[in-house]
Amino acid sequence: MKLSSSTIRLIIPAASLALLLAAVFYMQPRAMSYTGLNLLFNLAVPIALATIAQMLIMAVNDLDLSMGTFVSFCACVAATLLQTSPATGILIFLGAIAVYAAIGVVIHVRQLPSIVVTLGMSFVWGGLAVLMLPSPGGSAPVWARWLMTAKPPIVPMAIVASILIAAVTHFIVMRSSFGVVVRGVGGNDRSVERAGWSVIRLRAATYALAGFFAVLSGIALVGLTTSADANIALRYTLLSIAGVILGGGEFVGGKVSPIGAVIGALTLTLAGSFLSFMRISPDWQIGAQGAILVVVLALRLALNRLETREKTQ
Amino acid sequence: MNASRLFFARPWIWSFAATAVVWIITILFTGGASTIGLTQAALTFAAFSVIVGIGQMFVITLGPGNIDLSVPATMTLSGTLALKLMDVQDGLVFVGLLLAVGLGILVGIGNYTLIKLLRIPPIIATLSMSFVVQSTAIWANRGLRIKPPETLADFTTSSLLGIPNIALVALVLSALAWVLLEKSIYGRWISAIGQSTFAARMTGIPVDGTRFVTYALCAVLASVCGYLLASFSGGAALNMGAEYLLMSIAVVVIGGTAVAGGNSNIPGIWGASLFMFLVVSMLNTYGFGAGFRLILTGLIIIAVILLAGGRQSTR
Repeated sequence: MKLSSSTIRLIIPAASLALLLAAVFYMQPRAMSYTGLNLLFNLAVPIALATIAQMLIMAVNDLDLSMGTFVSFCACVAATLLQTSPATGILIFLGAIAVYAAIGVVIHVRQLPSIVVTLGMSFVWGGLAVLMLPSPGGSAPVWARWLMTAKPPIVPMAIVASILIAAVTHFIVMRSSFGVVVRGVGGNDRSVERAGWSVIRLRAATYALAGFFAVLSGIALVGLTTSADANIALRYTLLSIAGVILGGGEFVGGKVSPIGAVIGALTLTLAGSFLSFMRISPDWQIGAQGAILVVVLALRLALNRLETREKTQ
Repeated sequence: MNASRLFFARPWIWSFAATAVVWIITILFTGGASTIGLTQAALTFAAFSVIVGIGQMFVITLGPGNIDLSVPATMTLSGTLALKLMDVQDGLVFVGLLLAVGLGILVGIGNYTLIKLLRIPPIIATLSMSFVVQSTAIWANRGLRIKPPETLADFTTSSLLGIPNIALVALVLSALAWVLLEKSIYGRWISAIGQSTFAARMTGIPVDGTRFVTYALCAVLASVCGYLLASFSGGAALNMGAEYLLMSIAVVVIGGTAVAGGNSNIPGIWGASLFMFLVVSMLNTYGFGAGFRLILTGLIIIAVILLAGGRQSTR
C-alpha cells in the first residue's frame, strides 16, 4: 500500500497521542472510562480551537503572538456581557473578528511582519481584558455551560467536540476551494495573485476566520471554567503554536493539517495529565513538558527523513 | 532634501525623536520637578532592555524564524544561581559573573543543539529549552530570597557623574556589539546569513558555527542581564524575566532592525528601550489605569511599526 505524504505527516502526531494515552492508561487504569476520558481531555476543546485559529494564520505564513491574550479577552467578554446582554456580547465578538480581518489587511498592504503587529495587538487585547474584568469573576452563559458539560452517550463530549472541530476545519481548509487558495497564499502568494485572486481579501478572510475560531475558544473555555479572568489563557499563544507544529504543520509554505492540529492540541493537553500521573515533582513539570515536545519533534524528524528517502528512490 | 535623506538612511533617528517627544511631554506634565529622577530611572531600566535586546537583535539578524524565546528563563536561572553561589560574600562577585557567563554558554549550546540536530524551528527549540531552564530555576530557587553581595548591590544601584552604572555597562556592551556587528567579519557573516542563508553557505561562510555563536551570545547577554537585574532589585524572583520576552523583541523591531533579518541597528535599540520605558511612565503620570496603559502601549507599538515598516517597503 502506498501512503501519501500527507498521511505520513499525520502518523507521528497520531502515534504519539496513542502512545501517551496508552502510558496514561497503564499508570492509571481507572482513566479508561467515560468519566476518565472526559476529565483527561476536557480542557483540550478550547486549546484545539485556539490551535485551529493559529493554524489558519500560519497557513498564510504569518504567526499570531496575540492568540493567548485574545482568547483571554473573549473569555472575559463571554463571562460578562455575553451572559448579561447577549446582543452586546455578540456585537463585540463581531467587532473583534472585524479587527482581526483589519489586521490581516494592514499586514498585507504595508508588508509588515505579523509577529510585531500581533505582538502590539497582544497588549491591546490584554488591556481590553483588564478593562472588562479587573478582577477574576463573571459567570458562564447557561448554554455554553450546558454545551461543555453535555454527556452524549458512549463517547465523552470532549472527544465528540474534537472530532467535530477536526472534521469541520478539515473540510474548510483541505477540501473547499477557499482553503486551497488560502494554502496557496502560504505557498506562493504571487502566483495566487497572478491567477486572479485578491490576496488582500484572502488574507482578511483567513484572519477573520481565525478570529472566529479564537472567539469560540474563549466561549468554550468559559463554559468549562464557569468564570474568567484577564490572564486565563495566556499560555495559549505558545500552546497553539506548539500544537500546530506537533500536528505536522510548518511555519512557512502553507503546509498545515487541521486534523493534525487537533491531535497536537490533544497531545499537549494529555502531556500535562501524564506528568501528574507520573508523580513528577511540580518543580520539574514544565521542564518535562519541554522534554516531551522535543521527543515528539525528534520522532517527526526521523519520519520526515523516511519520507524524503522514499521520494528520492 | 538632505535632512529627509538622513532620516531615511538612519531608521534609528525615529525612535530617538519619539523618545524626545514623550520625554518632553512627561516633563511638561510634572512641571519639570522630576527631570533628573525620570531621566535616571529611564536610563537604568532601559539599560536592562538594551542588554537583552542586543542579544535578541543578533539572533533576529540571522533571518526569518530566528528568535530566542528562552531569554526570560535564562535571566531567571542565572540571577537565582549566581546569587545562591555568591551567598552575600563580596569576594565572590566575579565568580558569580563567571557562573552567569558559563550558564549562558550552556543554554546557547542547548538551544543550538536542538535547532541543528533535531532541525526544530528556533521558536519551538528555544521554547522547549526555556521550559527546562525555567524548571531548573524553580528547583534552585527553593528557600529564602538571597540578597546580593553588598558591593554588587551598591554598584548596580549607584551612578557615576549622574549616569547610572547599569547604563554605563549597557553602553560598553553596545559599543562592543557595534564593533562586532559593523567592523568584524562575524558581523558581516550574520548579515549575509540573514539576507540569504543559501548564498552565504555557497560563499563559504561557516553558517552553522556563526549561528551557534549567535545563539550562545544571546544567551550570555540574557544571563548577564539576569545577574545584574537580580543584584539591582535585591534578589532573584521566579518571574523576574517574564516581561523581557516581549520587550526584547519589541525594542529590536521598533529600533529599526529588519524583522526579516540581514539588517540590524544598535543605536535604535537604545532609542526604543528609552521610548518603551518613558511611554509607560508617561501614562503612569497621567494617571491611566493598567488596562488603558496596556492598550496604549500596544497601539503605540503598532503605530511605530506602521510608520517604520512603510519606509522599508519603499526602499
